[in-house]
Amino acid sequence: MADPLLRVENLVRRFGGIVATDHVSLDVAQGELHAIIGPNGAGKTTLISQLTGHLTPDSGSIYLGGRDISHLAAYRRSALGLARSFQITSLLLDFTVADNVALAAQAHAGHSFSFWRNARKESGLRMAAQAALERVGLAHRAGVLVSRLSHGEQRELELAVALATKPQLLLLDEPMAGLGVTESARMVKLLQELRKEVTIVLVEHDMNAVFALADRISVLVYGRVIASDVPSAIRQNEDVKRAYLGDQHVVTAHG
Amino acid sequence: MKDKLNARNLVSALLVAGLLLLPLYSQASGNVFVLTLFTRIVILALAAASLNLIMGYGGMMSFGHAAYLGIGGYAVGILAQEGFGSGFLQFPVALAASAIYALVIGALSLRTRGVYFIMITLAFAQMAYYVASGLARYGGDDGLTVYKRSDFGGLINLSNRTQFYYLCLACLLGVVFLIWRIVNSRFGMVVQGLRSNEQRMQAIGFPAKRYKLMCFVISGTLCGLAGALLANNTDFVSPAVMYWTRSGDLMVMVILGGMGVLFGPVVGAVAYLLLEELLSQVTEYWALIMGPLLLLVVLFARGGIMGLLGRLNRG
Repeated sequence: MADPLLRVENLVRRFGGIVATDHVSLDVAQGELHAIIGPNGAGKTTLISQLTGHLTPDSGSIYLGGRDISHLAAYRRSALGLARSFQITSLLLDFTVADNVALAAQAHAGHSFSFWRNARKESGLRMAAQAALERVGLAHRAGVLVSRLSHGEQRELELAVALATKPQLLLLDEPMAGLGVTESARMVKLLQELRKEVTIVLVEHDMNAVFALADRISVLVYGRVIASDVPSAIRQNEDVKRAYLGDQHVVTAHG
Repeated sequence: MKDKLNARNLVSALLVAGLLLLPLYSQASGNVFVLTLFTRIVILALAAASLNLIMGYGGMMSFGHAAYLGIGGYAVGILAQEGFGSGFLQFPVALAASAIYALVIGALSLRTRGVYFIMITLAFAQMAYYVASGLARYGGDDGLTVYKRSDFGGLINLSNRTQFYYLCLACLLGVVFLIWRIVNSRFGMVVQGLRSNEQRMQAIGFPAKRYKLMCFVISGTLCGLAGALLANNTDFVSPAVMYWTRSGDLMVMVILGGMGVLFGPVVGAVAYLLLEELLSQVTEYWALIMGPLLLLVVLFARGGIMGLLGRLNRG
């Protein structure tokens, strides 16, 4: 196998006495959709935050395309092609939908120490924003203030913002969180389209979605990866079943 | 965005027209005082507008903005005292000194946020205040008289009341125009994005601190211009212009007029200073009336006067 796009080696992060990330190692190949599942409190968001640079690991390394990014600031990782969506929607609420996405495009179109030209009239940025919005089906809402969007639309916008940074690797932290059945189905369809273009790490509770989408699944329990394999193998894995105990039907019943 | 005929724009336009025509009124009525008063108002409106850039658009609550009034003023005063009377020297020095101060203070203060940012900017301004008080050669506590206003050759005579007023007004309008361009530029979008959600902005790839610091420096530099004008207006500069209550006045003007609205601070400065003037004619305890009035604005007119006008328009 060629070098993985993302390689995590022996990552450790402690909060006081709690080891939230316990020697996690992980490989994500180019083009793969890699899901990370695990019970609540397993340290999934902590892991994602270390990948994006919002948290610094206590030890261990993260490589993106062979380059050590363990200690790069969040904005530098973004420049290298790492994009994330937040579990709890994190957008510029008092900006319009189009402005949110255009800013993401702007972040990757040279520096922004430009003080005179009207940024909203830069057709390059606007077109990039429009394209990203069309991908997620939000183009018709471009002029609306984000605070007026429905929760489902905000989740889609999170995705559009991430896409507008032209990422190599998309880290999605529970994109279905709080979505209804129809909205979830739409999101799954959308991710099925996106995975053709970009490598995705998906953290998700919705097992239907995970087993429908993932090429590989890593199972995180108490900060440790207890299994990392293709979905069919994960479904048979005894450790995984034990970890989920009463929830084991969740893993076995679907698909 | 297209210009619309709404209450906000109407008030802004009327205000600008009024300010432009004021010297004619002053001349016709023989009321010299009104021109003196409004020269001061226009200069402080300029300072408030510069504060609005970081406070309203950038979300950085600087409680030490009056320091730049002093730095700009002392640049003029000290150079004049040392025999450098040319405005072509004094004004650039005033701006450069303010920019350098802002760069140093900003680099240190922007490591903190929230209440700590407010307190640290306040602390630095108080330091500047005490440094000025200690300048024995330049009057110390008593301040420094500027015997001759900045000399711009034959270009403009600052000792002529009307010419000086128009210079101040031109500076104010120029700065407001500049801020308008800035907030709609790429840079301005980033700064406002950082106010809205810094974590998100970093995640999409913006180095937050750099942009905030740049904004802080621009704001301070523009306020230094107000300081240079103020020293010329009063022919005097003293540590008192840097005192923390003066920083508070500037904040009040911005909040009263409307944070993050282009003409907000101008409206706020005019309203605040006119009210202060009128009330102080009625009673020496004018602050007793002013205080509750400001409370009412903060409690019931969120977004200040401009916010009120904005709602008026939406019906």
